[in-house]
Amino acid sequence: MSVSLFEMIVFPGFIFLGVMGMLFEYLDRIVYARLQNRKGPPWFQPFADFIKMGSKEDIIPREADSGMFVLSPLLAVTAVVVSAFYIPMWGGKALFSFFGDAVVVIYLLTIPTVAYFFAGWYSTSLYSTVGAVRTLTQLFAYEVPLFLVILAPGILANTWSLSGMAEFYSQNPLLCVTNVVGFMVAIVALQGKLERTPFDIPEAKTEIVGGTFTEYSGRLLAFLKLTHSVKTVVVAALVSAVFLPFGVEIGGVLGFAIFIVKIAVIVCILSAFKAALARIRIEQMVDFCWRYVAPAAIFQLLISMVLGALTGCGV
Amino acid sequence: MDLNNVVKIPIGPQHPCLKEPACFTVSLNGERLAGLDLRLGYNHRGIEKAAESRTYIQNIYLIERVCGICSHSHPSCYIQCVEQIAGLEVPARGRYLRSLIGELERVHSHLLWLGVAAYEIGFETLLMYSWRDREVVMDILAMLTGNRVNYAANVIGGANRDITEDHKKDILKAVDVLEERTKYYIEVATEEATLIARLSNVGYISLDDVKLMGTAGPTARASGLDYDVRRDDPYAAYKDIPFKVITDTHCDVYGRALVRVGELMESYKMIRHIIQNIPDGPIAVKAPRKIPAGEAISRYEAPRGEDVHYVRSNGTDKPERVRVRAPTMVNLLSVPKMLEGDNLADVPITIAAIDPCFSCTDRAIRVSDLDGGNAKVMTWNETRRFGIDWYRKNGIDFTDLNKRLAGRMR
Amino acid sequence: MKKPGKMLSEMFKNVAKAPATTSYPFTKAEMPKDFRGQIVFTSENCIGCNICVRDCPAAAICITKQGEEKIFGAYFDLDVCIYCAQCVLSCPKKALSVSPNFELAQLTRSGFRVVFPAKPKPPKVDGDKPAEGQVAPTTSA
Repeated sequence: MSVSLFEMIVFPGFIFLGVMGMLFEYLDRIVYARLQNRKGPPWFQPFADFIKMGSKEDIIPREADSGMFVLSPLLAVTAVVVSAFYIPMWGGKALFSFFGDAVVVIYLLTIPTVAYFFAGWYSTSLYSTVGAVRTLTQLFAYEVPLFLVILAPGILANTWSLSGMAEFYSQNPLLCVTNVVGFMVAIVALQGKLERTPFDIPEAKTEIVGGTFTEYSGRLLAFLKLTHSVKTVVVAALVSAVFLPFGVEIGGVLGFAIFIVKIAVIVCILSAFKAALARIRIEQMVDFCWRYVAPAAIFQLLISMVLGALTGCGV
Repeated sequence: MDLNNVVKIPIGPQHPCLKEPACFTVSLNGERLAGLDLRLGYNHRGIEKAAESRTYIQNIYLIERVCGICSHSHPSCYIQCVEQIAGLEVPARGRYLRSLIGELERVHSHLLWLGVAAYEIGFETLLMYSWRDREVVMDILAMLTGNRVNYAANVIGGANRDITEDHKKDILKAVDVLEERTKYYIEVATEEATLIARLSNVGYISLDDVKLMGTAGPTARASGLDYDVRRDDPYAAYKDIPFKVITDTHCDVYGRALVRVGELMESYKMIRHIIQNIPDGPIAVKAPRKIPAGEAISRYEAPRGEDVHYVRSNGTDKPERVRVRAPTMVNLLSVPKMLEGDNLADVPITIAAIDPCFSCTDRAIRVSDLDGGNAKVMTWNETRRFGIDWYRKNGIDFTDLNKRLAGRMR
Repeated sequence: MKKPGKMLSEMFKNVAKAPATTSYPFTKAEMPKDFRGQIVFTSENCIGCNICVRDCPAAAICITKQGEEKIFGAYFDLDVCIYCAQCVLSCPKKALSVSPNFELAQLTRSGFRVVFPAKPKPPKVDGDKPAEGQVAPTTSA
């Protein structure tokens, strides 16, 4: 199983995901603005931001570890793009798939978070360090519930391959209803994964300026922002593949349109959350995740296991 | 406490949570605060000194620029001093107009505060909404006084501009809109879970501490101090206007938010009362240019708390001394007390909760060593020289840049 | 009742509403008619008493005398003007007035100097009485 350079760089690789990421960033920003009764930016704003930042000077602080400082954003963007290859988007199968790729994708999607931690930690600035520590603290709060609910549907589908799960649920759409709790947990955990309000604690600008990214500028910052947008699309694709796999087997233009609509719905839900809530404190966030989100995730797991035992289609 | 585990984080002089320069050096133990060091003086403008070389009329506009938000409070307070020395009796309509602009200013200031507080806790939607609604009162102020800030609504001896029947109608209409919106914000403040989670039990200060530190305004009233200059030492038309002093017993940031939205509701009632009961007659008396020798002190309930001005005259057309005590001065002292044992995340909102105005507060620079001894005063030229040398030493030379800029200017 | 997402319904209502923000340079901002913008000088009314110059807190006004006759011009330095309109209040002859013009940005500092040339007075009309204004903390004590 090999992948051509074209697939890696252009479609459905880096450039395609980057463009998608920026378009959905625009959608997020315009929805956020409209919810706040503002006009919002023009459609090319994310592209303009990227080009502008890309043309600026990279400043690497003298105190920072320059190797890790440069490597972290690249590591983050690479991990996100690679994980996209395993997620079925439209036309049935993902670019790659094997038994257990769900686990791989979850791990790959953890790498950007860890890369953010390295970025902040090796910047050695005080704000970045606090932001880096907060990134990791938060990771431990949302990652477990997210892990559990992404894998729970796999019990019924009797596979831990994302393509397999998507295929199973698109053939048995009624069984999707049993995953509603998991979907809600995933949406909550996504706010943490994408560092969005109310869980934008690692980059709370009124507290620690830019958080992990305080010291970044120029192309490196552009890449970090791009990672953020691409990550939004990829995790939205992941959630839609697992919880909303309707029409995933349809290929071509129609399949692509269905895929776009699904991602747009998830991004709009995320925007509404971002607009409706205040940022909470880190200890409140950890408390909330372990007290409510994690039990809900376990509840979802139980539902899947009981149903699996009853219907006999599970493990 | 193990000092090795303490990290010192500077919040300021430039920081997204501060709208003006001030420096809070926060000592952190994990996310918990271990100490707070407060440094002011980044925005000293020498207004008090400048006031001594300007005439009383020019000083109205200088004092107005002490604060951009309380730009009615400060000149009113200063003018009250001057009128007291000159023995001027402001006509009733003039007094009512002063109260009217004062209350409109309070409305805009509290709505502004609501937005800033929401922003500090990452609730941008509330910021956008409250600032959008603030535009209503800003438009009214622009219509009445000719500008959105720096109203120039006072002259010595009365008010500057009169209001017409059309103005009255517009004001009442705007107040209706604002009242409805404020009711909604009260609902939000008492129901939105994330907001309450961020505000309650943050920045606690007890009534005893409030009395000890002389905290003023909504900050003090949120700790249960039942004191308001408008009621306890009435000026302008407040003697004739019925209103309730809003207090709260939460003693925390949440209480301060409730007091402020409560005061908004009171202000709407007061504005309606003023519009309905404003007496006819002249709006100002003629004031002499030269004020007889004497001194006076006057108090004013600015949106942020009690504002005190002192003026001493010597019979010429320029004051001999003007002293401004902005409410932030007393409120800032209580910030370290409020933040004891709180989290880093609580620092911005606690600072914002006193509604600070650092430029109003900064008075003079006195350079001293950290241990407190060896104080010395630098003149303007010395300070300038020091700055230039410091930057040269660090490899930055502005000489060329200055020349280029100067060339472009002319 | 504490619950998260209290503002959701209000937010969804706002999506349907027109945005409160405007794209400013493309849509003009309207100022009230008494807005204290740029000061306008009417040379015909000026008597050269210089009270405005004395009262100006920013030293932004200069009244110039033209030749031997009692005709006065004026120039304003808009970069130092603070738009307080005290000069309008002080003027005993209504030679100064406010205009709602607030878009005064310039690329060069010299552009900020606005000159009003002196104009000869119109033939004398009877009843040239002093201006009765709003309030006048005007003439000296």
